[in-house]
Amino acid sequence: MTLSCLIRRLVLAVLLAGSAAGCATTGGRPGDPLEPINRVVFDFNDVFDRALMRPVAQGYRAVLPEMVRTGVTNVFSNIEDVWIAANNLLQGKVENGLQDVMRVTINTVFGLGGLIDVASDAGLEKHNEDFGQTLGRWGVGNGPYLVLPFLGPSNLRDGIALLGVDYAADPVWSQGHIPTRNTLYATRSVNNRANALDAVSVMEEAALDKYRFVRGSYMQRRRSLIYDGDPPRETDEEQRSSSALPIVNNQVASGHPIR
Amino acid sequence: MKYLLALLIALSVPVALAQDTAPDVMVKNITAEVITIVKQDKDIQAGKSKKVTDLVETRILPHFNFTRMTQIAVAVNWRRATPEQQKLLAEEFKALLVRTYSNALSLYRDQSVEFKPLRMRPDDVEITVRSEIKQKGAQPVTLDYDMEKTPAGWKVFDVKVGGVSLITNYREDFAAQVRESGIDGLIKALASKNRGARQGK
Repeated sequence: MTLSCLIRRLVLAVLLAGSAAGCATTGGRPGDPLEPINRVVFDFNDVFDRALMRPVAQGYRAVLPEMVRTGVTNVFSNIEDVWIAANNLLQGKVENGLQDVMRVTINTVFGLGGLIDVASDAGLEKHNEDFGQTLGRWGVGNGPYLVLPFLGPSNLRDGIALLGVDYAADPVWSQGHIPTRNTLYATRSVNNRANALDAVSVMEEAALDKYRFVRGSYMQRRRSLIYDGDPPRETDEEQRSSSALPIVNNQVASGHPIR
Repeated sequence: MKYLLALLIALSVPVALAQDTAPDVMVKNITAEVITIVKQDKDIQAGKSKKVTDLVETRILPHFNFTRMTQIAVAVNWRRATPEQQKLLAEEFKALLVRTYSNALSLYRDQSVEFKPLRMRPDDVEITVRSEIKQKGAQPVTLDYDMEKTPAGWKVFDVKVGGVSLITNYREDFAAQVRESGIDGLIKALASKNRGARQGK
């Protein structure tokens, strides 16, 4: 068994153990029954990010000219469009799916193998899809919120979709030649992190508690993505359960411990 | 004479707009104005926080309904807070939002902003102005403004970045903070965040 395979199984095991524990735990925010475990993983990821990912991404951004980084982003984005097309078709969004196929064709042929995103310039917008969203579209609920080691915020549905399906369908990850795969995977991770440097720094400055802020952002973001940017307004009931304020404050008033 | 008339009409248009500006036109104008200033100002691009903060306070803030934003973010705890606590909460929250906005603005490089057609009926009092920030080599990020009609014109009461509502995020963040340390604890956390942010740069 290779190391990467081992890591993947480990993550899956944590995920499953976590979800099992989720059935037994109550309290905290609805949707995040595993907050204590999640916080540990979150802190671990944060240390990993500060010690390795962020400095490497900063160096990457400082050393490579923007044109090169854009090229790298475009190549990976072009590869990813194949899987995005498949997910659009799985969700019955045929028009979007065909647009994605067109994007890949145009960018591969006229965009020098994906280096240049000519399709976007031609008005074919890039979509954002993955198997977690497809499951969501099919009516599968989020499940408990999860923070995955190295990979960051997720939930039970998206975590299983990511590790079980998205990874299997990822041409980079399923690359047979291991050194090539590792190089490509690392490059893509660093490039993604570099692209997110600014957004993350703004968020860090904005949040009172980073864990809660990331969690809230993730949940809202996924909901928005599943509905392609136009989610229905949350019903009163959903809002009540997502903030759960009245209950909590009654607990405070009656002197019950919260945590 | 014909030209003079055309000139007169052209000059009168901005005046007419200023009196009863449509919300999307308003946001478009402010965006264009702010981007022009940021593009010309090397200090802002270098992240000189005082200048960015001034820009946010003079050009953007007047179009926000801060009282409503604070009320939504603090939720049921707003009614539990004393008038003095409410005043402090509003002040600190405002400072935090200014800070956040300034940080985001100072990262502006060469993105372009595109507005989507506004869906609005004449009697609507709450609408969403949708825009998209485009940057070469990156996926566009949506930026939506929830706005309400007030006697003083249209005001923003929430901003959604990539479908993530800033105010909803804060509502959760604040609720948890109040649960842990009460309303005074929230005020204290906000104040120390703001002070730390001010000293930080």
